Amino acid sequence: MSDVLAYAELRGSQLRGVARETVTGARRLADELGGDVHVVSVGPPGSGEEVASLADYGADRIFTAEDGEFGAYHPDALVRAFQYLADQEEYAAILFPASARGKDLAPRVAARLGRGLATEITDLEVEDGEPVVTRPTYADKAYARVGFTESPALMSIRPNVFIPEESQGSGEHEELEVDADPVRTRVSPVETSEEGKLDVAEASQVVSGGRGMQGPDNWSLLEDLVDALGPGTALGASRAVVDAGWRPHAEQVGQTGKVVSPNLYVAVGISGAIQHLAGMRTSNVIVAINKDPEAPIFDVADYGIIGDLFEVVPELTEEIRKIRGDGG
Amino acid sequence: MNIIVCVKRVPDSGTRVRVTGDGRGIDTSGVKYVVNPYDEFAVEEAIQIREERGEGQVTALCLGPDEAEEQLRNALAMGADDAVLLEAEPPMDGLTVARELAAELEDRDFDLLLFGKQAIDDDNMQVPPMVAEILGLPCATVVVDLDVEDGRAVARREVEGGHEMVELELPAVVSTQKGLNEPRYADLKGIMAAKKKPLEKKEVELAEASTELLSMREPEEGTDGEIVGEGAEAAPELARRLHEEAKVL
Ligand SMILES: Cc1cc2nc3c(=O)[nH]c(=O)nc-3n(C[C@H](O)[C@H](O)[C@H](O)COP(=O)(O)OP(=O)(O)OC[C@H]3O[C@@H](n4cnc5c(N)ncnc54)[C@H](O)[C@@H]3O)c2cc1C
Repeated sequence: MSDVLAYAELRGSQLRGVARETVTGARRLADELGGDVHVVSVGPPGSGEEVASLADYGADRIFTAEDGEFGAYHPDALVRAFQYLADQEEYAAILFPASARGKDLAPRVAARLGRGLATEITDLEVEDGEPVVTRPTYADKAYARVGFTESPALMSIRPNVFIPEESQGSGEHEELEVDADPVRTRVSPVETSEEGKLDVAEASQVVSGGRGMQGPDNWSLLEDLVDALGPGTALGASRAVVDAGWRPHAEQVGQTGKVVSPNLYVAVGISGAIQHLAGMRTSNVIVAINKDPEAPIFDVADYGIIGDLFEVVPELTEEIRKIRGDGG
Repeated sequence: MNIIVCVKRVPDSGTRVRVTGDGRGIDTSGVKYVVNPYDEFAVEEAIQIREERGEGQVTALCLGPDEAEEQLRNALAMGADDAVLLEAEPPMDGLTVARELAAELEDRDFDLLLFGKQAIDDDNMQVPPMVAEILGLPCATVVVDLDVEDGRAVARREVEGGHEMVELELPAVVSTQKGLNEPRYADLKGIMAAKKKPLEKKEVELAEASTELLSMREPEEGTDGEIVGEGAEAAPELARRLHEEAKVL
């Protein structure tokens, strides 16, 4: 029992970025256990094709269910698909992304299978042939190492932690029959607030603004920096600016907002209150720009500039443009 | 309409979390406990639904230690009608908690079962969908807007970069997110009334957990971070270091 099953999350018929991360996590685990990676998706007609491309990230067997009813999230059908596969195959682990959907779905599957689940893991190891995970608790103020009493071990992985790695899997594609009925929970297709807008929780670079920005009209400064950093960059915000109505709640980073773990996090005019740190301290590289040398954000920052953000940020944007070679 | 709201006793969000010397848990000395903040949205929603309909019963349910009576009294002071405490130290394992709650709920008659979207201690985000699955009920999580009509509910849930609508036939399970409402403060009258409202305590034996907490640790403190410089003059040096040293550009 060493195979690992990964959930390939779709939006409509599009594979989401977190799907590649989930398969990468599954590949890492399967390699240590000496098993294969299986992937499952439930989507609209035609979606299986794109899911099959996960062979490039190490998927050995790819199970896809297609139905006109599967254009939107369909938790009931998904639970049936997972139960079917878990009954057929003996999995060591089942991986989900810790996305909005993954965190809704994984507990349903765990309860159906009667197996334990670890949420939003940030690390994954094998000890005595069993998966052991690390996951944040208390808003990232303490980390727990968690083992499982029975297999399969279920886990959801924090976005941006398992960076997709190409690796050739055998990619056998099999169609799966999954009933669309009965439906207990009926979900309609996602309405995006702004077309194609990247969510802060899934961006690989984040530029966050705090009260030091002094007002909503100054955000073009940060938008320019986002633009200079290129694709995959999103705006974030502290609670102070969300409460003031300068930015939408969807951008809030922290204990009562989103937990982000991007490759680069730039905190601009943010003091670094413990509740804000709770949402970003696992970021790979943290940059702080603040005029107060005593601001606690500097305690977690890898790089800091002490100064007036209105002077520093335009200059930094300019320099980044030069380095990235687009303009300047 | 009968509404059951699950509330959890958790350390206040401002708690300085310290892992105990043996790495088995957190040091609870001096910790202030509160109603899990997300559960307050659930309690408020339940009371609002009852108030709008002019009828119904709101029951607060908690799996927790004897001291969790305090959090149940808070829910009663906000306006819940009665409360049930399943007395046990809540384990970190979500499935164990869900099974225990489901066993209690199985024999109860309700139209709506509300939870907060997550407890701010274990951050599991597991129990609401697990309870729904065990009881065979529809479920929507991370809900920011909820419309309850006769026999059905429509919930709006937050997803990356947007929303999705979820239709649920009652009875159903909903977990609540900030933005759904503004939880009220209990007034003195509410606090006095809460003391006399019925609160039932039951001791429960927890089943064996499906996950095992092996150890806890605090996050690595600070970084060998450094101040690159002061003012706009430091920007080129910062950009260079991000490019050459950190390799993030
Ligand atoms: C239960 C609870 C939950 C919370 N959840 C969250 C959460 O999820 N996310 C969150 O962010 N907060 C949260 N908070 C709030 C948190 O405690 C802080 O109040 C908040 O993060 C402060 O936001 P800020 O850093 O933007 O503002 P401030 O603390 O006011 O800091 C502004 C900073 O800008 C700097 N500054 C000002 N002008 C300039 C300038 N011209 N150039 C450079 N720097 C400048 C100042 O030196 C200061 O450091 C929560 C609080 C509680 C009690």
